[in-house]
Amino acid sequence: MTIPTSSIEQVIPGQGSMAQPETGRPAKAKRQRFRFVSNRKATTGLVILGVYVLLAIIGPWIAPYDPGARGGNLVQPPSADHWMGTTHLGQDVFSQLLVGTRSVMFVGFFAGIVATVLSVLIGVTAGYVGGKTDEGLSALSNVFLVIPALPLIIIITSTLENAEDWLIALVIGLTSWSWNARVLRAQTLSLRRRDFVEASRASGERTWRVIGFELLPNLTAVIASGFVGTVIFAVLSEITLAFIGVTSNTTWNWGTILFWAQGQQALAQSAWWWFVPAGLAIALLGTALSLINFGIDEFVSPRLRSAGKTRIKTTSGRTVRMRIGFTPVLSNSPEPHTRARPVPGVDPHGATPVVRKEVAP
Amino acid sequence: MKYFLQRLAFYLFTAWAAITLNFFIPRMIPGDPVQALVTKYQGQLSSKAIESLYVLFGLDKEAGIWDEYVSYWKQLLSGDLGLSFTFFPTPVSEIISESLPWTLLLVGITTVISFFLGTGLGVLAGWRRGSWTDGLLPVTTFLSSVPYFWLGIIAIYLLTGPDSFFPSSGGFDSGLVPAWDQYFVPSAIQHSLLPALTILISSVSGWILSMRNMMVTVSSEDYITVAHAKGLSDRRVALSYAARNALLPNVSGFALSLGFIVGGTLLVEIVFSYPGVGFALFQALGASDYPLMQGVFLIITISVLVANLLADIAYLLLDPRTRKEG
Repeated sequence: MTIPTSSIEQVIPGQGSMAQPETGRPAKAKRQRFRFVSNRKATTGLVILGVYVLLAIIGPWIAPYDPGARGGNLVQPPSADHWMGTTHLGQDVFSQLLVGTRSVMFVGFFAGIVATVLSVLIGVTAGYVGGKTDEGLSALSNVFLVIPALPLIIIITSTLENAEDWLIALVIGLTSWSWNARVLRAQTLSLRRRDFVEASRASGERTWRVIGFELLPNLTAVIASGFVGTVIFAVLSEITLAFIGVTSNTTWNWGTILFWAQGQQALAQSAWWWFVPAGLAIALLGTALSLINFGIDEFVSPRLRSAGKTRIKTTSGRTVRMRIGFTPVLSNSPEPHTRARPVPGVDPHGATPVVRKEVAP
Repeated sequence: MKYFLQRLAFYLFTAWAAITLNFFIPRMIPGDPVQALVTKYQGQLSSKAIESLYVLFGLDKEAGIWDEYVSYWKQLLSGDLGLSFTFFPTPVSEIISESLPWTLLLVGITTVISFFLGTGLGVLAGWRRGSWTDGLLPVTTFLSSVPYFWLGIIAIYLLTGPDSFFPSSGGFDSGLVPAWDQYFVPSAIQHSLLPALTILISSVSGWILSMRNMMVTVSSEDYITVAHAKGLSDRRVALSYAARNALLPNVSGFALSLGFIVGGTLLVEIVFSYPGVGFALFQALGASDYPLMQGVFLIITISVLVANLLADIAYLLLDPRTRKEG
């Protein structure tokens, strides 16, 4: 009853052809950890995310107005007083955006944590224990995977009247763990047969210790990318819920802004300042999180990096495109293909092109 | 064949799980929603309708939970999803059967187009790694992070207007009656262009990315090197050797991500007031119309399951390994 896992197994790094050499000295591992930060995509993503987290913390304090306070200027375009204009009640859109950041970030991270914990528990257990437990847990996660998550979340939250943020986050977390659990299960299956796991089992380690100290450290990248993916999904879901008016409109988030903009005919009034900033804020946050995920992906499987320059010019003036797994062979050109010079004193016709110590001057 | 039967059994199991979930969710509603409705529609509800509502909401106090479950299934199998409150007294099944074709045509066609377009572009981006196609990646990342419904709002804002070709809402001109004739069909197509474009733009990027990554992974396999060494043309190696193998995970990914895509497209329908299932759900939400909500959830789930089954059949045809008996 399992869906063919080829999709996951093939994209999971550390398996098959993507397996990384397991011999790594601690010093090297440390250097690689820093290499993640040196990845340009990951750094950009982390910086943007940092700004959002900062705004989530200080947003309500630095907001120039009370987001719900009505003012005299109705539906005004951006001005010095109101940087992002005002709503139909004269509320300041910029303040609403700032105050709403906290709710969005909270729901995103809380749901991400819930889903990640669940997926680790279910995925790793299924992969490590195997047998009937695996079949049961896999069937469970496949069911959750196939049932459309967003309609389910909408139905559940609509029955909870005026749900608080943490409850919404809980519902999102409880319904969106399945994909990560599947990926983790596939990865655990491959790790389980590696020598170091076998060795620790043979030396009589307890199951929880093997999982906690041998498996989990090797799953860090997969868990992290799953977490980031869930945060994106949770943020989009929360905003969607607020936009269609399922959740209470007493707390501000970006979806609430869009809800009022849509409901009060912001489009018909050409009040672009009302709905554009919130959407851009969502898109920028999503992009930052995706960039972090790309950084993780490229960190564990360097091949996915967008290659810099792949076209090279040979000395004969031809262009060759380098491709992974394919070394260009340049034929029929009288010129030498490399810039290396023949070592003087070596007969190029008689000797192998290895530089020998005794003949070098 | 064994594989196919296994999949079928799994989907039947999932359908059962979804229906059971649908049975339990309304039991979490605090208070007595039926009584509230009875007072709202005073005298309009027949005693039979009230009884059916009590079964749907699980407020049938005398019956045990098991009896409730059995009678819920009986109702469901006879096609009775209850009465809608919003469009009282229309049965939910009637509303859904009216709105489902709209959604199936819009979402179905655009999803398939988006899959093929994205996969094609992904082949290109993965094979020509390091050329201009790498510039596609940041753009697609940004587009896939934009919520579907916001893109819809922007599209309405920028592209519609009093003298624009694109209508801003609805599924057809208000003066027309749905029928397969030369007046209605062009109008329906014209109304669906903008929603379709919105879905296409925000969903295509996911396929581009996953296909690109699979192409990059596949193109370092030995059989690709062998194909190059044999002197086959670049195009042939890219399409018949690399893309063919990279496609398989994307097809199974297609099946798995359908649930997510459908969720997003429902929102597009809401923004465009498109007369599909998503818009029905939106109207149901506004009026706390629980029977309609549940009916919509059920029909969406079942459609996704059927689409998954179709994707599995496609996988079966593409990958000879799954056809092996054993």
